[in-house]
Amino acid sequence: MTYVLAVLLGLAAGVLAGLFGVGGGILFVPTLVALGLSQHDATGTSLLAIIPAALVGTWRQARYGNVRWKGAAVIGIAAAAAAQGGAAVAEALSGPTLRKLFAAFLVLVAAQIAWRARRASV
Amino acid sequence: MRLVLIGLVAGFFSALFGVGGGIVIVPLLLLLCSWPAQAATATSLAAIGITAVSGVIAYAFHGDVDVAYAALVGVPAAASVGFATALQQRLRTRTIELLFAAFLLGVAVWLFLK
Repeated sequence: MTYVLAVLLGLAAGVLAGLFGVGGGILFVPTLVALGLSQHDATGTSLLAIIPAALVGTWRQARYGNVRWKGAAVIGIAAAAAAQGGAAVAEALSGPTLRKLFAAFLVLVAAQIAWRARRASV
Repeated sequence: MRLVLIGLVAGFFSALFGVGGGIVIVPLLLLLCSWPAQAATATSLAAIGITAVSGVIAYAFHGDVDVAYAALVGVPAAASVGFATALQQRLRTRTIELLFAAFLLGVAVWLFLK
């Protein structure tokens, strides 16, 4: 039952990621926490789960000619370096602290999506 | 230079929270670099792939990566993301966006109280 739920939430994450352009991770992390993983395990596991969706999404967008490869390489390499810092900070925090920070981050993301929806309607 | 800055900010938050970083990269490309939305989202996806690999390696050193669970949610998501990208072209998403924002707020409250 748990696994069926995980697969369904994974499908939902892919749909929402494609629709809103938010990474599936915003849904993977709460899903994995709901499945019983610790906040840190959910964070690391979510990053791995993102990779297949990012690859498929990139491949499809590349066929439309939308990917700027040089820009992607510059952003990606800088981000890969900074990711080591982000992971080190996360590992230094306690599970409950990291979870509360993630919850605050979700509120900011929700506000940004609501703002975008309002702006698009004007 | 702006792209490097965007990458540094996105990478930090990506690995801190386990998200792709697109939520940071896309608005910054639109606001700071005036890229068109399609190029911003597409390029963001490619950058996310590189970022996530780096984050996974960092967490794997701490034993915090569960491959089975990652496949459980990641493979279905990869299957449905293409369908949603196509759907996005035809749908008015404003109502869904507001519902999604409300849903995220609910998840935030649950995580905060947990």
